Amino acid sequence: MIEMINVYKKYPNGIVAANGINVEIEQGEFLYVVGPSGAGKSTFIKMMYREERPTSGDIIINGTNLAKLKASRVPYLRRQIGVVFQDFKLLPKLNVYENVAYALEVIEETPTVIRTKVMEVLELVGLKHKARMFPTELSGGEQQRVSIARSIVNTPKLVIADEPTGNLDPETSWEIMNIFEEINARGTTIIMATHNREIVNTIKHRVIAIEGGLITRDEARGDYGYEG
Amino acid sequence: MKARTLGRHFRESFKSIGRNGWMTFASVSAVTVTLLLVGVFVVIMMNLNKVADDLEKDVEIKVMVELTADEAARAILQEEITNISGVAEILYSPKEDELNDLVMDFGEDLRLFEQENPLHNVFYAKAVNPQETEAVALAIDELDNTFEVKYGKGKIEKLFSFLNTSRNVGIVLIIALLFTAMFLISNTIRITIVARRRDIEIMKLVGATNWFIRIPFILEGIWLGILGAIIPITLVTFLYYKIYHMLSPKLEQGNLFELLEFSPFIYQVNALILLMAVFIGIWGSFMSVRKFLKV
Repeated sequence: MIEMINVYKKYPNGIVAANGINVEIEQGEFLYVVGPSGAGKSTFIKMMYREERPTSGDIIINGTNLAKLKASRVPYLRRQIGVVFQDFKLLPKLNVYENVAYALEVIEETPTVIRTKVMEVLELVGLKHKARMFPTELSGGEQQRVSIARSIVNTPKLVIADEPTGNLDPETSWEIMNIFEEINARGTTIIMATHNREIVNTIKHRVIAIEGGLITRDEARGDYGYEG
Repeated sequence: MKARTLGRHFRESFKSIGRNGWMTFASVSAVTVTLLLVGVFVVIMMNLNKVADDLEKDVEIKVMVELTADEAARAILQEEITNISGVAEILYSPKEDELNDLVMDFGEDLRLFEQENPLHNVFYAKAVNPQETEAVALAIDELDNTFEVKYGKGKIEKLFSFLNTSRNVGIVLIIALLFTAMFLISNTIRITIVARRRDIEIMKLVGATNWFIRIPFILEGIWLGILGAIIPITLVTFLYYKIYHMLSPKLEQGNLFELLEFSPFIYQVNALILLMAVFIGIWGSFMSVRKFLKV
């Protein structure tokens, strides 16, 4: 489903964030991406939804080569991928319902479908009763659940999460992980960059470690592997 | 784009105006100030221009016909003056009329001269382009049977140079005003940009196309422009109405110049203000969104 072939990324300031990455990810996998800060984790993640473009090499997602994707096609790629961020990235002037609905308005869904689907995912993340509230009125965990709801509302095959529990307390983090588990159980591929040792060691999944722009470890049911 | 998406954009733009509280206020204020300046200034400039035109049109050449000229010679002279290129109109005033004018101005005593009228028959001519009055007057002076040609030498040159200067000053002021307006609006845009940068980034990450992001912003800009036009239009209309009805009766007595008629002039000004408001709105939104669409 996802294939990276000899991906190399050098930023204009000279930093090499990917130094020949090769990886293959199957549909339905749950993948942790671990590694020290500044080792290329974020770049690895960002290249998958084309926020960054590789300097050379190919990134193929569902048959589309992102390295050759035209800028005008990028929105259509992003509609097939749900993205969850550490800082939630909710639109502050829109309420919970509208934030989730935005992802469907973008693909010009009918109002009826939008209403049904939005309420469905809000139910899944347990925020149906807060649909009319604004992001600032919610706790961090609740905001992250809204952001997850938005990422899956148009049923993408792939959800990418960049440190989704980075700003949350441990208890809330487990709640968020349960939601991701549930999404994964429905057959959605999940790629998650994380620093959370406990989560990686407890909920076992494939782990890849990135250091110095290279994949240094790739284990089917791996550990976090770094000393806290 | 589907029709319901356009409907969504309209709803979204209205919602945004309400939810962006003070930013809406800031933009509307900037537009209001700008348009008020433009509106007041256009009204003043157009009226000054009208006055200048009126003054210029009043400039005429007085051609006194030689006393010895008989009726036939006079007819020839009239023909010749008419044929000079640059002469717009010519009016004949026989010496009896001239004397009547003097009697009107200086009193009945002058009626004594009715027995033996010492005045000349006169042609009054106007130049097509008032600024060429002197050249036309000189050409007339060349003709036979003219006793004297008067056109306010010295005085009209001063008038014309005054009018030309005031027109140039007007143009300079308009340019200065436009720069002020640009500065005001671009300043407001800079404020809104900061707030929008993150929003636009998020919208792009969720898969919105550039136009999907842009259209609500542009619509919002149009509404802000129109909101900003309300006070200027009301105020300019009201003030001009007052001033026009206060000054016009007095000016008509003097007969020197008049203000532009309230209608349709003020409606044209209002249309101009509204047009500028919409243009500012579209341009402003476009500029503030443009920078961040490349996420």
